[in-house]
Amino acid sequence: MTSDLVLTGISKQFAGHRAVDNLDLTVPAGTFFALLGPSGCGKTTTLRMIAGLEEPTTGSIRLGDDEISGLRPYKRPVNTVFQNYALFPHLDIFENVAFGLKRRKVKDYQPKVEEMLGLVELKDYGKRRPAQLSGGQQQRVALARALINRPQVLLLDEPLGALDLKLRRQMQLELKRIQTEVGITFVHVTHDQEEAMTMADTIAVMNRGLIEQLGSPAELYDLPATTFVANFLGQSNLIRAKIIGQSGEDLVVDVHGRKVIVPLARCRVTEGEVWLGIRPEKVFLAPADSEDGDGSNQLRGAVVTDVSYVGVSTQYLARLPWGQELTVFEQNTGAREAFSAGDAVDLHWRPAHSFLLDAAQDALAGVEDVD
Amino acid sequence: MTRFGRFIARNFVLVLGFVVLLYLFAPIVVVMLMSFNAPKSRLSYTFDGFTVDNWLHPCRPFGLCDAVSTSLRIGLLATVVATALGTLMAFAMVRHRFRGRSATNLFIFLPMASPEIVLGSSLLALFVSSGFGGRLGFWTILIAHVMFCLSFVVVTVKARLAGMDSRLEQAAMDLYANEWQTFWRVTFPLVFPGILAAALLSFSLSFDDFIITNLNAGTTVTFPMYVWGSAQRDIPPQINVIGTAMFLLALIFVLAGELGRRRRERTRS
Repeated sequence: MTSDLVLTGISKQFAGHRAVDNLDLTVPAGTFFALLGPSGCGKTTTLRMIAGLEEPTTGSIRLGDDEISGLRPYKRPVNTVFQNYALFPHLDIFENVAFGLKRRKVKDYQPKVEEMLGLVELKDYGKRRPAQLSGGQQQRVALARALINRPQVLLLDEPLGALDLKLRRQMQLELKRIQTEVGITFVHVTHDQEEAMTMADTIAVMNRGLIEQLGSPAELYDLPATTFVANFLGQSNLIRAKIIGQSGEDLVVDVHGRKVIVPLARCRVTEGEVWLGIRPEKVFLAPADSEDGDGSNQLRGAVVTDVSYVGVSTQYLARLPWGQELTVFEQNTGAREAFSAGDAVDLHWRPAHSFLLDAAQDALAGVEDVD
Repeated sequence: MTRFGRFIARNFVLVLGFVVLLYLFAPIVVVMLMSFNAPKSRLSYTFDGFTVDNWLHPCRPFGLCDAVSTSLRIGLLATVVATALGTLMAFAMVRHRFRGRSATNLFIFLPMASPEIVLGSSLLALFVSSGFGGRLGFWTILIAHVMFCLSFVVVTVKARLAGMDSRLEQAAMDLYANEWQTFWRVTFPLVFPGILAAALLSFSLSFDDFIITNLNAGTTVTFPMYVWGSAQRDIPPQINVIGTAMFLLALIFVLAGELGRRRRERTRS
């Protein structure tokens, strides 16, 4: 019943700026797809173009074999869960949910509405008005109102943004459950990387109207393609380095006079200046000169400058001899002793945990955008 | 402090409120009382005796009921025309970006800020110079009333429309409602309270107007003109009957609206 959603060469020009720039994107049928990016990156514009609320300046949007760009919103087999829900305040919950079915002249809609209200656990709320419901309940009404039409694609525009943290977690799992149950393609726009990682099968990271990288949450986190992705999804330590040679399947990299190796498969560039990236939880601290490192990369001569204890883990800042500070997360398993500020330490990591990025990029891209 | 002094201190705001209300409603109370007056002479402003005769025969004074009927007809017609036109204008002003939009805003506001005597006399000059001088009457009054009601309608509906989230209409379109259905199912019901308020305002402005009407009426007599005219010669107590009836009618409208609102709220919770 559902088919792939294919965007080809989509651009959107607003007066004075280009919100979306020549975007190509394929959303496979039945997947939970997230468009992730900071505000103003063009993700909501992309969603609105799929819904028909904006027309692309150039490009085509196809659903299976059907071209849908140029169709009015009410002609598209696509429904939207709006940011802040946009429930009709003058209609009760039942009428809100029945709205789409009634417009399409679906006969016998009452049992369908009741069933849908049951799915979102609002069975007894049909006679109430939207204003009488809590934020979480309104959110579920918005979802029910869109889902009841069995669209080919359900678009979600920051649907959990207005909820508090606990409710948001709960709704994330709920949304994922419902998506699995109904099997409809979900395209979910969010600026919250954790939300995208929790729910989505595939994430497209957007920045400045372009897709920076597309892949599963684990792929994006493990091997980011750009400094923006490395910083926007989680945190990364990016160290300036230079490729000086190759040894077997590894590249040899010079980091301020010390040699480390990175597997070739994890390198976006193979020569010249690079950013060496390592996730903070993949770096291990050891007392200075205590370990030889069995095939792991090492940077010796660091000093702990800051210690923050956060329960499950401890977050350290370690200053390297050339002044740069790296972030290190250590799990508080009790297996290793904690360090204090001023301790001399060595940093270790496995080569397969690091990655190389082109040094032409801004090492701080995506950092300031994280909430 | 005496006990009375403490009472005053504690309830000062309340007492002040009652005094202001009294000030507001004293004239209306007088009108109500005078509607039951049986005056001894034709120019009597004193309460000479109680009677319900005025209420039983409100049309006895010559021309009174004709004037009321003229005012009602003009009021209703002006309300319908001004509300329809003004609502369309408000939609254009809020929903569309066009050249001269802010200038239009200013021009719409201008009639509200202008003295009525200026509007009335300039309208008269316009009518006379365009050859309608001999035909002043019902239609010229209607044109004048639509003119000054229009601004109030635009301002009232605009406020309501501006407060409406345009995403509601987008949501309706997303849920298979075409433009026509979106307007009648979502936009209109949400803007309707504003349109109703504008219509009620138009009617009361039109029914009540004297200055502009008087200048452009020719030989036609509206209710306010009738009251003014009779105040020169005699005051038929029936005028007070009409005044009281209009006040009660308005009161019933307001109370019914309030009751309806309360009932809706009760059934919701």
